[in-house]
Amino acid sequence: MSTENTQTAAQVERRGWVQILARNWALAFLILLFVVFSFTGKGFLGLTNFENILYLSTTFVFLAASETFVIITGGIDLSVGFVMGLSSVLCAQVMQSVYAAHASAAATMVVGALVGLVVGIAPGYVSGILISRYNVPPFIATLGMSGITNGIALTICQGFPVAGLPGDLVRLGNGYLFYSFPGKGSRFFGWPPGVTDSQVRELTRILPNGLLLWLVVIAILLYVLKTTRFGQHTFAIGGSIEAAKRAGIDVRRHLVTIYVLSSFFAGMAGVYNVFQTGVGNFTPFNASYELFAIAAVVIGGASLMGGKGSLVGSVIGVLLLAVLNNGLSISGVAAFYRFIAVGIILVIAVVIDQLFPDLL
Amino acid sequence: MSDRQAARPRTGRLVSFVGRRWALLFLVAEAIAFCFIARGFFTLDTFQLVFIAGVPLFLLGLAETFVIISGGIDLSVGFVFGFASVVSAKLIVALQGAGASPGLAILIGCAATLLIGMIPGYFNGVLVARLRVPPFIATYSMLSVTYGISELLVEGSQAGNLPYLSSVIGTGFIAYFIPGHGFSFFTHERVARGTPVYSIIPLVVVAAFVFVAIFVFLLRMTKFGHHTYAIGGNPDAAVRSGIDVKAHLERVYVISALLATLAGILYMLQFSQGKSDAGASYLLDSIVAVVIGGASLYGGVGTAGGTIIGALLLSVLETGLRVLGVATFNIYIIVGIILIIAVLIDQFFPEITSSESGASP
Amino acid sequence: MDYLIEVRNIVKRFGGLVAVNDVSMGVGRGEVVAVLGDNGAGKSTLIKVISGVYAPEEGTILFEGKPVRIASPMDALSLGIETIYQDLALAENLNVYSNIFLGREKTRKAAGIFPVLDHEYMHREAAKVLDGLVIKIPSLRSKIKSLSGGQRQAVAISRSIYWNAKILIMDEPTAALGVAQQSQVLELVNTLKARGIGIILISHTMFDVFKVADRIVVMRRGRKVAEKIRTETTPDEIVSYIVGAEAV
Ligand SMILES: Nc1ncnc2c1ncn2[C@@H]1O[C@H](COP(=O)(O)OP(=O)(O)OP(=O)(O)O)[C@@H](O)[C@H]1O
Ligand SMILES: [Mg+2]
Repeated sequence: MSTENTQTAAQVERRGWVQILARNWALAFLILLFVVFSFTGKGFLGLTNFENILYLSTTFVFLAASETFVIITGGIDLSVGFVMGLSSVLCAQVMQSVYAAHASAAATMVVGALVGLVVGIAPGYVSGILISRYNVPPFIATLGMSGITNGIALTICQGFPVAGLPGDLVRLGNGYLFYSFPGKGSRFFGWPPGVTDSQVRELTRILPNGLLLWLVVIAILLYVLKTTRFGQHTFAIGGSIEAAKRAGIDVRRHLVTIYVLSSFFAGMAGVYNVFQTGVGNFTPFNASYELFAIAAVVIGGASLMGGKGSLVGSVIGVLLLAVLNNGLSISGVAAFYRFIAVGIILVIAVVIDQLFPDLL
Repeated sequence: MSDRQAARPRTGRLVSFVGRRWALLFLVAEAIAFCFIARGFFTLDTFQLVFIAGVPLFLLGLAETFVIISGGIDLSVGFVFGFASVVSAKLIVALQGAGASPGLAILIGCAATLLIGMIPGYFNGVLVARLRVPPFIATYSMLSVTYGISELLVEGSQAGNLPYLSSVIGTGFIAYFIPGHGFSFFTHERVARGTPVYSIIPLVVVAAFVFVAIFVFLLRMTKFGHHTYAIGGNPDAAVRSGIDVKAHLERVYVISALLATLAGILYMLQFSQGKSDAGASYLLDSIVAVVIGGASLYGGVGTAGGTIIGALLLSVLETGLRVLGVATFNIYIIVGIILIIAVLIDQFFPEITSSESGASP
Repeated sequence: MDYLIEVRNIVKRFGGLVAVNDVSMGVGRGEVVAVLGDNGAGKSTLIKVISGVYAPEEGTILFEGKPVRIASPMDALSLGIETIYQDLALAENLNVYSNIFLGREKTRKAAGIFPVLDHEYMHREAAKVLDGLVIKIPSLRSKIKSLSGGQRQAVAISRSIYWNAKILIMDEPTAALGVAQQSQVLELVNTLKARGIGIILISHTMFDVFKVADRIVVMRRGRKVAEKIRTETTPDEIVSYIVGAEAV
């Protein structure tokens, strides 16, 4: 299992385009899915459906993005799904109370979102300390935290979605950056004045807020991972924790930061979930959001051994799984086949990765 | 090793003696505590319920013990469990439809399912050992695939219509005691409402423990078990010392799937149905049981006995809290905390745990 | 003599095991001190104390005559103590120049505000150092996992040279190398010595030791059992100290 891969860079280079295709197979496969589903699925190609795919994938982009950092350090975060649920429930609960106390919708949303984001940090901090100071394996520390966060979320909401929130939530969450209506002008984050519900079809809408948010988040994280010392150290720790320590990197602090980051973005996914659905949702026990996110990261080229992974790859992984789900159901394939397909793709991802290691 | 232990002061030794057996002590303490604070806990029925409810945990936990000692993890056990419940239910109904008697249908159906259930394990093994797919990913894939196939088989619902005999077996006991009528075995005569019937030793628990005994023997006493520890401790060294690591790992994952399959079959008998996600919620608990039992996720360390204690600890906890009427939510929190504490305790007594369990077989 | 670095009465335990027991030694400017001893004698542990990996239970460390606290690898590095470990400790998933700059990456400001890694600079600087070495590496952008043992050794060494080591500690630098590469590394030791760097060299190869060392320290079961000027001793005598056959 741990036999060294002894191919040299020169040998690999000689494989030319096969290598390039193999290293980018997820993207190629995503494009292939697009082409196939365009033929097999009625209504697959269309703005509405793309919005649908986006709607389903936004929270997972956050989860997968933060999981990417964790996996590059050689760890794993199994708590993201339930941290998301906790943040969602808590954010909604706070909004409900604040709103019931006659606060304005805007104030309600700001307070709720802030609480959700801040609370999201806590589980990651605890996992980070356990992992970096007390040598608890990441699998165990985050598994434990997932039970704890899940229990707390359920205790808060008693197993029901948290409702009674301002209606502006979904208008913002599922809204667009920019609206314009012929003759009535244009506006950011809202319809131009005077547009009625019946005129919606003629309304020009540009850039969904969800997409905007995930583009911003990915851009920031991409900057951090690819161009800063923090990113470089993240890779170094995953490559060899000993080497990193001896090079003077404060590995303990770095790992705490990594798990806080992961948990923070899981919290952000939870807060966004409230804006998307208009209610606070706990994470169902068997939802396996974290497994979905990890699958996306691995499909995106990361190695669970650490030291390897890419944010763009992870986003492609999320989109691939989302398009696969969406396309298969639009094409009328029974839901069950999706599970089988995901399982097979995941194996292909790892096998391809081993046949074509990137040495350059 | 001996140098270091000798250097330990006396009080330290007492602490580590407790630390090393904390799971067992915790189990005893919580059982005693529930007897006092939970009315209705200290009864024969509840006592047996702890074991009945613990059956999936014993079997899945033991499955996971093999895999974790070998240095891997098996995420698919929960859905292999569901898969087995569906396949066995379908087979029994089909066999009965083909004219077999209920008894024969159940016998053949269960035996065939035990064979079929090994297939996902074999795939896991091939992926992990031959294609070098990380266990986490390989078994997650197999989780998806078995789930998909079971859902296909039941077409989104569940498999039912099982013969009455299956639930007789699944919910039956070895012996019954009716005051005034005396003992009877396997069945008891009809009695008037309100007459107390004492049921003794559930059949599913017996079935589970037969398998548990076999596989505990395999892990503790045989060369196979010894090699499992060796591979988990250092796969490269195991290869160099001539162990066929690939073939061995394949067998480890097959064993894991076999035990999960058995658990699924017992579920089917107990509840007279096959359900694809029936075992989903046991996955985490089974890993928790293994870790409480002192195994290390880094491989090479762990015991089957420890896992059984871990599973009992969880089962007593859950049953006790149910009797007390505590909401399920809180159980998640408690289990999460216990899991973390389990590992922290191992961190505090590292040399002890490793000298005890590492050399166990 | 004036030591660049000196350790006095160092004790380091692992649980009940005393890996380094009351050891004192030092190395001066432009001097090569070899540390010899059987497997498990405590050589690696001793140098890990000097390089800040382990904190000793007892003993003092003096740098240029003044007592210092070396609590972390970073402390050692900032004093100019560079270490090449037995297991090299390179991040295999990173490329050559990233490893040379690991932990001390050069950044520049993009768009005037955002600090970003300056790959060009690091690549250029790394090339300069490696050009001076006898061992050649095809591309500084290749990941360490595609390099040979000797090439990895060269990366580890250039890492130390680049950071202006005052003291270089080498734990069995020639152990994994072919014959030709071994003599290249020894040549390198002589070059560094001529630059005034103090070198502590751990080796099991008597030939290496007698070729480059000025002084020889022998350890046995955690204790220092002998310290000899190279010109005043013989390989046979050293061996007898290592195995403990002769009580002098
Ligand atoms: N991290 C550690 N934890 C516990 N014991 C250790 C640790 N590191 C070293 N030891 C023990 O300390 C003793 C000295 O080890 P050390 O690595 O210093 O020996 P060495 O002289 O470098 O041997 P070699 O020539 O084989 O490299 C050995 O008995 C070893 O088992
Ligand atoms: Mg050594």
